Amino acid sequence: MNEIGFDFCGAALSARASGALWWPDRRLLAVSDLHLGKSDRIARRSGAFLPPYETRDTLHRLQAEIDALSPATVLCLGDSFDDLQAAAHLDADDKSQLARLMAGRRWIWAEGNHDPGPVDLGGTHLAELDAPPLVFRHIAQPGARAEVSGHYHPKARVALGRHTIARPCFLMDADRLILPAFGTFTGGLSCGAEPLKSLMRGDARAFLLGATMVALPAAAAL
Amino acid sequence: MTDLPPRFHDWFARHGRVPHPHQLALLARATDPALLLIAPTGGGKTLAGFLPSLVELADGTHQGLHTLYISPLKALAADIKRNLRTPIDEMALPIRVEDRTGDTSYTQRRRQRADPPHILLTTPESLALLLSYEDAPRIFAGLQRVVVDEIHALAESKRGDQLMLGLSRLQSLCPGLRRVGLSATVEDPPALARYLACHPAPCQIIAADPGPAPDIAMLETDAPPPWAGGGGRYAIPAILDQVRAHRTTLIFHNTRAQAEIFFRELWLANTDDLPIGIHHGSLAREQRERVEAAMVAGQLRAIVCTGSLDLGIDWGDVDLVVQVGAPKNVKRLVQRIGRANHRYNAPSKALLVPANRFEVVECVAALQAALAGDLDGDPRGPGPRDVLCQHILATAAAGPFDADTLYAEVTSAGAYAALTRADFDACLEFAATGGYALRAYDRYQRLVQRADGQWALRDPRSAKQIRMNLGTIIDADLLKVRMKNSRGGTPLGEVEEHFAASLSPGDTFLIGGRIVRYEGLREMTVEVSPNPDRKPKVAVFGGTKFSTSTQLSARILAMFETGDWSALPRHTADWLDLQRQVSQLPRLDRLLVESFPHDGRAHTCFYGFAGRNAMQTLGLLLTQRMEQAGLGPLGFVATDYAVLIWSLDPVADPGALLAPEGLRDAFDTWLAGNAVMKRTFRAAAIIAGLIDRNTPGRRKSGRQATFSSDILYDTLCKYDPGHLMLDITREEALKGLVDFGRIEEMLARIHQRIDHRQLDRVTPLAAPLLLEVGRVPIAGQGQERLLADAAERLLAEAGLS
Repeated sequence: MNEIGFDFCGAALSARASGALWWPDRRLLAVSDLHLGKSDRIARRSGAFLPPYETRDTLHRLQAEIDALSPATVLCLGDSFDDLQAAAHLDADDKSQLARLMAGRRWIWAEGNHDPGPVDLGGTHLAELDAPPLVFRHIAQPGARAEVSGHYHPKARVALGRHTIARPCFLMDADRLILPAFGTFTGGLSCGAEPLKSLMRGDARAFLLGATMVALPAAAAL
Repeated sequence: MTDLPPRFHDWFARHGRVPHPHQLALLARATDPALLLIAPTGGGKTLAGFLPSLVELADGTHQGLHTLYISPLKALAADIKRNLRTPIDEMALPIRVEDRTGDTSYTQRRRQRADPPHILLTTPESLALLLSYEDAPRIFAGLQRVVVDEIHALAESKRGDQLMLGLSRLQSLCPGLRRVGLSATVEDPPALARYLACHPAPCQIIAADPGPAPDIAMLETDAPPPWAGGGGRYAIPAILDQVRAHRTTLIFHNTRAQAEIFFRELWLANTDDLPIGIHHGSLAREQRERVEAAMVAGQLRAIVCTGSLDLGIDWGDVDLVVQVGAPKNVKRLVQRIGRANHRYNAPSKALLVPANRFEVVECVAALQAALAGDLDGDPRGPGPRDVLCQHILATAAAGPFDADTLYAEVTSAGAYAALTRADFDACLEFAATGGYALRAYDRYQRLVQRADGQWALRDPRSAKQIRMNLGTIIDADLLKVRMKNSRGGTPLGEVEEHFAASLSPGDTFLIGGRIVRYEGLREMTVEVSPNPDRKPKVAVFGGTKFSTSTQLSARILAMFETGDWSALPRHTADWLDLQRQVSQLPRLDRLLVESFPHDGRAHTCFYGFAGRNAMQTLGLLLTQRMEQAGLGPLGFVATDYAVLIWSLDPVADPGALLAPEGLRDAFDTWLAGNAVMKRTFRAAAIIAGLIDRNTPGRRKSGRQATFSSDILYDTLCKYDPGHLMLDITREEALKGLVDFGRIEEMLARIHQRIDHRQLDRVTPLAAPLLLEVGRVPIAGQGQERLLADAAERLLAEAGLS
């Protein structure tokens, strides 16, 4: 299976090629930065009509992970909706798809900077999730330990001879783990750029998503 | 029928001249709805275009705008303004002439809208902007004539399509509008006439005397050109001799990077301190204007330049044109030669300097073609629909419109004459709602149909955004380069974002002839410091990549067939002989394939001579088959005559890769998923108004908020494969970037007669390909294998494995 298993602050975790984090002992699946309804918000705010299919694509990919792993808990680690109005504007098909995914399991919406309030779609709304030994919150806090977060959409650039490739990645050091964005319409922040660079320790590792996941020292990425 | 009035007759006489026959011909046919003049540079072409306007305006009775002049270059508009001053001042004509471009001040532009001059000189983009204002009917009231200069250049790009749609709009605002096109020599004048005219009105073609045949030769040098590489450094002593022997020399290069390197080398060799300047489109406006001013004042002996000086700007007394690097097509060569000797009756003088030995062959072929007057060119396809989508939005910005009327207007542009109503309606639907199968945007609809049937902007404030996105030129993302100092620093020019991203502080590169040191990136500006004494890491400007016409490729192949090297210099003949010894020369009825290791990778070169687009397409198809065969292809580069592929494992059986069975199917599936399509999609999506242009200010905000247009493309392919933008992307790609028809022709021609040469090193003929720009990377197993290796090595180095 295309994933990288690792130990983080005493928890055995698995970084999946989809960008999801799997915690088998708790049967917990965490995904961050879904940005559902992004095209709706862009159309509302700027008048640009991007292909309005990112919500169903994101949900399809989430469904594939849920089918593969049957999690007891799904944790959406903030910025699950591009804004609260985008959540209200979800297409009827997308809403019922989401309801099917939520059925029969614990579903947590952690709040993010894009979606600070509760949404009318079921599930539990939390500011952060304390799941010892780990704590899950949207934005990494300075000095935190055993913390899993999202928000920055980390990606890594690697030079392969003359050509450079960039891929979304997980970032991990002894204290923190940062998840890549799971949403379809998301970009990335290079792990060599601030504030990610100073947030992570010098010996941080990056797990790059792709047809075959690979681990790199984060400092080696451009 | 208009005769030359006495006042004008006297003016010509005072200058000791008689009007050229084509100038009088344009005047005599001044009332024609459309005229196309084909004349060499220096043939009084511009005056011919303006003469009817000057005559009609001479009595001072015309109120408001009379003539609109459109040129592809801002600099050309400013230059024409200067040149028109002479007859207007000397004949004391009551005519006001002004220019209006992106460089015109805000106050000046405001004033021009309120009180237009008699003659307005502008660009297609500025015209599109003027037409998008609500007061367009008032601005253009009274307009009689439009003069399109360098129409042959505009017709090669979407800028021309935008202009022609703009003229169709103008024609409705000013029903009597007459059109004149001014063109350099082209291969198919009637096609250009149809392009210009208001369909189906006729358009007379007037051809001026082409003047004496050009004096054109290959520069002879003591040193032979290198086997591979560009830039023509070996020829610098010989070129300096030529500069000394002439008043003003223009030294053309095919790319900006080459111009930069050459300029630096030339400067180092310039022991006489001859005044020499550099001019190309990536330099800051201030820098370019300084060089232009010095050139007009006759202070420069030579200018190293690129296509930015290509069009007929009349600056100074150029008596020699040097072309470094092979002219990639004959038409462009002939037009460049036209830059020398702007006196009508003296032959233009030009020297070709091939940069390597393959280019010697290309230059000889180009010389033969130029002397034979054998011009090349591909016929244009139908008008692009992304430009039409933009035009619909721009029309809505000006005010409500009726769909039937707009359709009639659009189909009066030659390129859109065959546009069906269904295609038009699809573009209108796209502009209104995005045109998606999932009707997600009905609540935000951009255009709405009012009770009276007219289409109008739902929110009038969106007009501003539409105007900001006007234009069809899609640049690579560019970053400004400035000297670092506390006051902001001198602007030097621009580099591509991906080049800037490859720099680390301390790296050096060339820009504007100087070596500078990269200090850092601040608010999307590259900050540099002077660094005179180090060897530069070269600036990689994307620049324009010209492709050799298929017609030139065919001439080259024919030369190989004869085995007659008598037209070639000795060194090049030796080089071809060496190729024949270590491998063989390509032939018309067989396909030469060479495999050799280089730089730690297996390389395979297919000499198909089918033109760059077809060779690029072949590269994409072959790498797809290599991926299936597990050979780990990493990338390829295509030229007009060959495609070179590098991979982890060598190609053992090229015949299997080229098997025609299933190639067509592979082409169709492949077409959807490749990098060329994604690049085409991005450009079309920006032009059509699907995504906003990247304004530098906007990109300053958080990077994780922006995402690649490739994601949009993939999403559309997956969920809405019938969408208009995908249709447009496919059409555009098939028009310019990919060409399956020529591959089929090539396969039929070689009929599986493949000569596969496996060699232990690069061959003479393959060497130039290693330095080609425009490498296309392949994201496949090869890349995965490399990444896994790199990861293992990096982890080991960091002591983490």
